[in-house]
Amino acid sequence: MAIRNYILVCGGTGCESSHSDEIYQNLLAEAEAQGVGDEVQVVKTGCFGFCEQGPIVKILPEDSFYVQVKPQDAKELISEHIIKGRQVERLLYNIDTLKQKTAKVDDIEFYKKQYRIVLRNCGFIDPENIDEYIARSGYEALEKVLFDMSPDDVIAELKIAGLRGRGGAGFPTWMKWNFTKMQQNEIKYVACNADEGDPGAYMDRSTLEGDPHTVIEGMTICGKTIGAHQGFIYIRAEYPLAIHRLEVAMAQAREYGLLGKDILGSGFDFDIEIRLGAGAFVCGEETALLQSIEGHRGTPQPRPPFPAVKGLWQKPTCLNNVETWANVPVIITRGGAWFNKIGTKDSPGTKVFALTGKVKNSGLVEVPMGTTLREIIYDIGGGIIGGKKFKAVQTGGPSGGMISAENLDTPIDFGGLSAIGSMMGSGSMIVMNEDDCIVDVAKFYLNFSVDESCGKCAPCRIGGRSLLNILEKFTSGNGTHEDIDKIKAISHAMQVGSLCALGQTAPNPLLSSLKWYADEYEAHIVDKKCPAGKCKKLITYVIDPDKCIGCTACARKCPVGAISGEVKKKHTIDASICIKCGACMASCKFDAISVH
Amino acid sequence: MSEKKEIFSSKLIKFINEWRDKPGNLIMILHQVQSELGYVSRESADKVAEMIDVPLAKIYGVLTFYHFFKMTKPGDNNIQVCLGTACYLKGGESLVDEILSQLGIGIGDITKDGKFSLEAVRCIGCCGLAPVMTIGGEVFGKVTKKQIPGILSKYL
Repeated sequence: MAIRNYILVCGGTGCESSHSDEIYQNLLAEAEAQGVGDEVQVVKTGCFGFCEQGPIVKILPEDSFYVQVKPQDAKELISEHIIKGRQVERLLYNIDTLKQKTAKVDDIEFYKKQYRIVLRNCGFIDPENIDEYIARSGYEALEKVLFDMSPDDVIAELKIAGLRGRGGAGFPTWMKWNFTKMQQNEIKYVACNADEGDPGAYMDRSTLEGDPHTVIEGMTICGKTIGAHQGFIYIRAEYPLAIHRLEVAMAQAREYGLLGKDILGSGFDFDIEIRLGAGAFVCGEETALLQSIEGHRGTPQPRPPFPAVKGLWQKPTCLNNVETWANVPVIITRGGAWFNKIGTKDSPGTKVFALTGKVKNSGLVEVPMGTTLREIIYDIGGGIIGGKKFKAVQTGGPSGGMISAENLDTPIDFGGLSAIGSMMGSGSMIVMNEDDCIVDVAKFYLNFSVDESCGKCAPCRIGGRSLLNILEKFTSGNGTHEDIDKIKAISHAMQVGSLCALGQTAPNPLLSSLKWYADEYEAHIVDKKCPAGKCKKLITYVIDPDKCIGCTACARKCPVGAISGEVKKKHTIDASICIKCGACMASCKFDAISVH
Repeated sequence: MSEKKEIFSSKLIKFINEWRDKPGNLIMILHQVQSELGYVSRESADKVAEMIDVPLAKIYGVLTFYHFFKMTKPGDNNIQVCLGTACYLKGGESLVDEILSQLGIGIGDITKDGKFSLEAVRCIGCCGLAPVMTIGGEVFGKVTKKQIPGILSKYL
């Protein structure tokens, strides 16, 4: 019997942690048990992007979008939707603005403004089945490059496309390829940076989990173009699912003659090996990454020579990030001119962002460059959770800046974000609301950079630590205005004196927040107060005598005995004993305890 | 004279021998050692040094550089609390505090009975589920302080 329905189950890391694999197994078993096993095909796909609502199950051809599905829902999905043809209303995504349940993906605000090039196959195909990739024009670009295009044609196409590196710096991809191609050397390498270390970014992991072949195809095209026969994918060991899917994909590609010796009978040899990262943020820097592939400590090296001249084992190496590789096959198939029309003049194409933090719809979004921050946060992201006020959005992770409300209408591209003191970075986008303390967040990022500094050069090693000490003073009420001048001087030294981008950009979150949130720093320095109530040393817990009924719950919870009061009488907190753990506030059922 | 007890399985020894002459093998080999034994002990490091003929100092240089490598034995159940940006903003630290008050261990510690150890990790990539923690590979998302005792009790 022919297949009537396709059931797509999200198999990304987020949904898998919410038991999507069990949903998949149950759907298979239920379809069999209810006698429709040969009429439906259940497919485990990569990430759908709408992680907030996971686990997600989509049923075709109706395009029904089921959210927050549980393993026990499998039975009903099969008996109602598949057999009786009735959608399971209670599991459909609810558009609250329209006060109606919807089935269609196209109706969901989260997807309306998105444009998917990199994520074109994520959530559509089974990443562990090469046939599904091929069915969606997979490996067509490689075929074209092997038989119909010269290396110069490929580079010209990339130049017309105007693709810029998606790892953060935005260097023109065609130039990088061309530099490596120009080197006269029998041995050259292609490398993929999948060491996604920015805390709060998971675009690359989702791409590899959802569509591993696109990266393999992109790298192979590069190998042919620059004259390399060996590629390396350097990937975080913390991403076991992505590693597994890459391994499966590489094995299938070899079996189909798309990777290895004499690819498609063209006489061209190219193969790829996986090398695991080991949790060092600095290894996202290109020279440090190459050191790590070679098995050394991941310390950055002075440039020049650039990797295009002397990279892995001193051989010319072309290194790009996962998202850059994923764009390559599409540009070759559809043409550079097509790609160039998408996005902005400064930055053609799209960008994938991991939208997280205090936003309603957390998830993975891909938008054309030039989309504004406001559109992403409010239209796609659905606004701020809990009806709170927007405070800041941070892009670029520990190297990027904080962006305030007045800049929300900035169109996003490489130039636009730099102009407002942030940067594109790899694509993390973290939204903060009024409950978050800007000084505390700046300290969080700096702490990260200090911890991840490799220690090789002094400006980064000593400068970062000194800045952190100053922020420590601010959050404990000991800051002075002279400290602000010190911050500026130290930051400048780091920006000009550090060997690599980690040290050069580590002061960015601090500097941008100082610029846009001066009043919040003032509150910490002058008033010795934390307006958001985050910095423990600057807050006091107070019991509202009008609300307290004397239930003693807080006094029993207090680990240091700072709360006194008799049963059914008002309680008070002794601030000199209080350690500000917040246990009392969490235990109070009458909202009588607040932070001042 | 008694033979020294073999600490590596034959599978691990085979892996190391396969990688022995490949350039850039050290990190891959250390990953394999840690995945089999849970950490890289001094004894294991000595053995790797001898097998691939690399100075012990070089191995320690690499082990101490990368956060992923553990040099002490973790608990039977290793708890990872994510303190990436999204989890930090959504209260990841309060989970660490709660685990401290429940089990009496802070970040980097192990309980006396060896049942639990606690580490802070950076972004395990489930930011949509923040705050996130994992125990022995099982992921718990949107965790609140109140759920911690219940989650821990599953492993007692």
